[in-house]
Amino acid sequence: MLQLITFSTLNGVLYGMLLFMMASGLTLIFSMMGVLNFAHASFYMLGAYFGFEISRRIGFWPGFVLAPLLVGVIGALVERYGLRHLHRRGQVSELLFTFGLAFVIEELVQMIWGKLPVDYRVPPQLDFVAFRLFDTTYPAYRVFMLLIAIAMFAALLTVLTRTRVGLIIQAALTHPDMVAMLGHDVPKIFMLVFGAGAALAGLAGVIAGPALVTQPDMASLLGPILFVVIVVGGLGSLTGAFFASLLIGLVQTFAVAMNFSFAEVLGPVAPPFLGDLWKVTIAELAPVVPYLLLVLVLIFRPTGLMGRRES
Amino acid sequence: MRAPILEVLGLEAYYGKSHILHGVTFHVGEAEIVGLLGRNGVGRSTTIKAIMGDVPPRGSIRFRGEEIAGLKPHQTALKGLGYVPETRDIFPGLTVRQNLQLGEKAGKSSGRWAMDDMFRMFPQLEERADMRAGVLSGGEQQMLTICRTLMGDPDLVMIDEPTEGLSPMMVEHVGRLLEEIARRGVAILLIEQKLTIALKIAHRLYVMGHGKIVYEGTAADLATAADIRKEWLEV
Ligand SMILES: Nc1ncnc2c1ncn2[C@@H]1O[C@H](COP(=O)(O)OP(=O)(O)OP(=O)(O)O)[C@@H](O)[C@H]1O
Ligand SMILES: [Mg+2]
Repeated sequence: MLQLITFSTLNGVLYGMLLFMMASGLTLIFSMMGVLNFAHASFYMLGAYFGFEISRRIGFWPGFVLAPLLVGVIGALVERYGLRHLHRRGQVSELLFTFGLAFVIEELVQMIWGKLPVDYRVPPQLDFVAFRLFDTTYPAYRVFMLLIAIAMFAALLTVLTRTRVGLIIQAALTHPDMVAMLGHDVPKIFMLVFGAGAALAGLAGVIAGPALVTQPDMASLLGPILFVVIVVGGLGSLTGAFFASLLIGLVQTFAVAMNFSFAEVLGPVAPPFLGDLWKVTIAELAPVVPYLLLVLVLIFRPTGLMGRRES
Repeated sequence: MRAPILEVLGLEAYYGKSHILHGVTFHVGEAEIVGLLGRNGVGRSTTIKAIMGDVPPRGSIRFRGEEIAGLKPHQTALKGLGYVPETRDIFPGLTVRQNLQLGEKAGKSSGRWAMDDMFRMFPQLEERADMRAGVLSGGEQQMLTICRTLMGDPDLVMIDEPTEGLSPMMVEHVGRLLEEIARRGVAILLIEQKLTIALKIAHRLYVMGHGKIVYEGTAADLATAADIRKEWLEV
């Protein structure tokens, strides 16, 4: 039991930090530009595929550096030549544009790399056991992922609170017009934030790709969870997104680990109407848990954990 | 006569289909304080927003002889025009100091004003330098907005209703600040409705009505023009 708790906590925090690497960009983009970017998870997928492609040609580490940069540049171009022009037409066109973009990216990925998972591997330098606890081993690569996610979190926090660009971003969250009238190029800042958000998602893809599965539906599987995260956290709240990422990471990891059914815990006699559900294991219900959380939050706290207003 | 720094000729502006400015023409000289007066809704704020490029302008706007109509707001600001909105728009989550830092423009080193000048003119701002700007009183927020714009070292500041809602002591303080700004060679376009300080500090005044300039003169001229005051200013 202690073993289950320790490893589930570790994995849950790791999964949560990965979610936050994507949710942070999504949240910043939403609160600055009012765009819910449906293609955000696609940037994560692109990161994984670019990482794979570069790693099989010149190695994992060049991919680790280049793939997120490449995804960031693509993100910046999407903002500059797509979203910026659509902004005048209103939010619906922007939403549809990112929605379409997600499909285009998925199709392209399938055309180039095929429908089956690609063989994106953990680099040999990190392919060993980091530690052993209660007779269970923990891979070094997961420790590496956790460290990268924490480093990114620290970097994001530093940039936002300690640098001039960070101040401009914070100010532009509430008063973009005033920021522009002080002489700052707000559209350029938007482009940078969009690019940086895409790069962060790309980095998440690069490091998650070898540990999870790199396949064309990885974006469409992750996308909904990301939305759950930012809604549960409170749309537009970075702190909220952070706690919601951890919460969902932990809840889902623990649910998966609970390989027993209600029947095993509470006795074989099911309450009326719950006959079949009683025999399902909690692990089997795990995929539903985030959405259950979403529904509960929307009912009891419609603004999300840290959201201040409904918009 | 002072050499003009800002010349506005036949300025028109629309919000969607509604035609707000019908050819506004006026000028501001170097280091001159010019008042732009008029009743609620005549288009004074729209005039400055059109000059900044926040509302699309038609007509000619020349700043230091260069046509600036059609520039984006941040480009206008970089040319040396400062804007202090009537809504103040301080950044509430940032500290007073950070607000002032955001007034500085990238790549422009040491202009006329440093943060210490601001703190000297308004000691309250120094006392509250590391507090969130959102907790400041209305008067302090007004000072902060003006100082934030000055940090960008503009050659002309356009200030929209700076004395609105301030205590008499604060109003006097703002008036003295504006005179000091002009003494340092910065021109001021001051918008007012209630003539709280404009009559006292402005070198020249314009009165607006129905999206046009309807009168130009000094404070002394306006004092004798009872018909103008009755028709365009008094409520
Ligand atoms: N964003 C907007 N959209 C549509 N109409 C507007 C907008 N802003 C102002 N107006 C209208 O334009 C006219 C001029 O407004 P403006 O703000 O320039 O007036 P003002 O002279 O500054 O007066 P005051 O500040 O006292 O309201 C008003 O009739 C106002 O209702
Ligand atoms: Mg106004």
